[in-house]
Amino acid sequence: MKVLITGISGPLGRMAAQKLLSDGHKIYGIDRRPWPDAPGKVKMYRADIRKRPAEDVFRTCKPEAVIHMATVTHLTARRTEDRYRINLGGTQAVFDHCHKYGAKHCIFVGRHTYYGAAPDSPMYHTENEPPMAMTTFPELSDLVAADLYAGSALWRFPEMSTTVLRFAYRLGPTRSGTLASFLRGPRVPTVMGFDPLYQFMHEEDVVAAIAAALEARTPGVFNVAGPQPVPLSLVIKVAGRQRIPVPETLFTFALGRFGLPRLPRGAVSHVKYPVVIDSQAFRKATDWTHHYDEVQCMEAFRWA
Amino acid sequence: MKLFASQRIWERVQRLELPFNRYGLDPFGVSQEHLATFYTALAWFYEHYFDTSVFGIENVPERGRVMLVGNHSGGVALDGALVVASTFLEMEPPRLAQGMAEYFLNRWPVFSQWTNRLGHLTGLPEHALRLLEADRMVVVFPEGSRGTAKLYKDRNSVVRFGSGFMRLAMQARAPIVPFAFVGGGEAIPTIHNSELLGKLTGAPYVPFTPWILPLPRPVDVQVYYGEPMVFEGTGNEADEEIHENVDLVKRQIKALLDFGVERRRAGNLIVPESLPRVKGDDQ
Repeated sequence: MKVLITGISGPLGRMAAQKLLSDGHKIYGIDRRPWPDAPGKVKMYRADIRKRPAEDVFRTCKPEAVIHMATVTHLTARRTEDRYRINLGGTQAVFDHCHKYGAKHCIFVGRHTYYGAAPDSPMYHTENEPPMAMTTFPELSDLVAADLYAGSALWRFPEMSTTVLRFAYRLGPTRSGTLASFLRGPRVPTVMGFDPLYQFMHEEDVVAAIAAALEARTPGVFNVAGPQPVPLSLVIKVAGRQRIPVPETLFTFALGRFGLPRLPRGAVSHVKYPVVIDSQAFRKATDWTHHYDEVQCMEAFRWA
Repeated sequence: MKLFASQRIWERVQRLELPFNRYGLDPFGVSQEHLATFYTALAWFYEHYFDTSVFGIENVPERGRVMLVGNHSGGVALDGALVVASTFLEMEPPRLAQGMAEYFLNRWPVFSQWTNRLGHLTGLPEHALRLLEADRMVVVFPEGSRGTAKLYKDRNSVVRFGSGFMRLAMQARAPIVPFAFVGGGEAIPTIHNSELLGKLTGAPYVPFTPWILPLPRPVDVQVYYGEPMVFEGTGNEADEEIHENVDLVKRQIKALLDFGVERRRAGNLIVPESLPRVKGDDQ
């Protein structure tokens, strides 16, 4: 199958491309960033998904399936306008092109932080729950909007299969992603008196899930999570980091200082409360299952 | 590893039939280490500080989903703690009873961490349903904070029950084990509830005793477990039908409570041969 991956040069994009190549698919990629040592079989286009050259890729390659992962977080794009342009403008362009050039399936790679973290939010969110991330964590609202916008393709383009995947954090040897950047330094701040559960999965399980979704072509919105969640304190310990409990009143002040990571204000709720999702529906729809347990993920991250 | 935990308690924690991972954590974040530390302290209160007697523990199923439903007694959740202790210390194998925590607890540092590690998740319907579907034992006080706010003079009363627990039990097809807790009002005799202090701290109210703080006196307390009650249905029935079921549970708890209060007045001398049972229209 001809598969186009947007955001192919990111760590996850590269892994997905390699996995799908080995599954026998023909891979095309769009990214603004280069991928210098891309496998020869990957047809790589340096373009911005919102610009005309990207549309040309759709026109000439005519992909049967598109995997859209060219979204950014506050960690890479600090300016709010940039995030809105890329996450919403880009997602709109990708779905419009999919529709216009006859793609049969479009997979949106989203995030489980959609559900938000709050003291009164339930564990094991199901797909029918509303997004609660915007009020507590404004830096996530563009991603929440992108997720919902992608979901609207389910009724706007009924001739095409749209699959929205909400992935738990990923953790593994590439040390990329939101959780990995939080754990990057030797010292990791936590909010004193709080120890939320963190749910994460191995990167290889993430790309296997994308491949499974591609195979099943089931339209809908699905949570994707791997092993059981564990407390943040344990993640920090097994990752070989030092936990620095900071009283909540000093937490935002301490961020970005004393060798602690920089985080937006809203991230505090995600360091106090868990975001835990239920992925039964996805497992039922695809037969996918995770292969790395929580301990293997943490150790893969530590010893990479 | 087993910091501040006694060997006896640690061994019982090991015997809990829950899916713990290599680090002693279950999928809801319940931690063996935290349980062992907490139960070691709680067992001392249960056995030595308070004189706790439990009747009808054989009515609590050894395995499978079940909802323990009882009256609140005492200004803070002392009743909940001792009920949780009773199923851990008196049952073979021990069982973890998971309370439905008041919302404010998850906002407080330390309380948030400990309630979660001990399995007492915030009292959301989603949590109760998920725990029951995982064949856990859930403890519910349908009086809520109305119940803990009872003053000393009202200590043996039962106030208005919410009906959410009944819908959840019916939806999950979980039997309800009614229980009565007697003596909490004597342990923590509330003379005043300050709503102002409650507003300041985020709690519904802060109770005052004659010695100001709600520190419990070392009194004897009793827990009476009644026979399991099963309610057929989907949980989507009309309010009227649900309220009938709720009322039946409430009357059963009240009967157990009256029995316990009467026995307490008589000096707790007689060991009961059987516990009272209220008959419903359809039972």
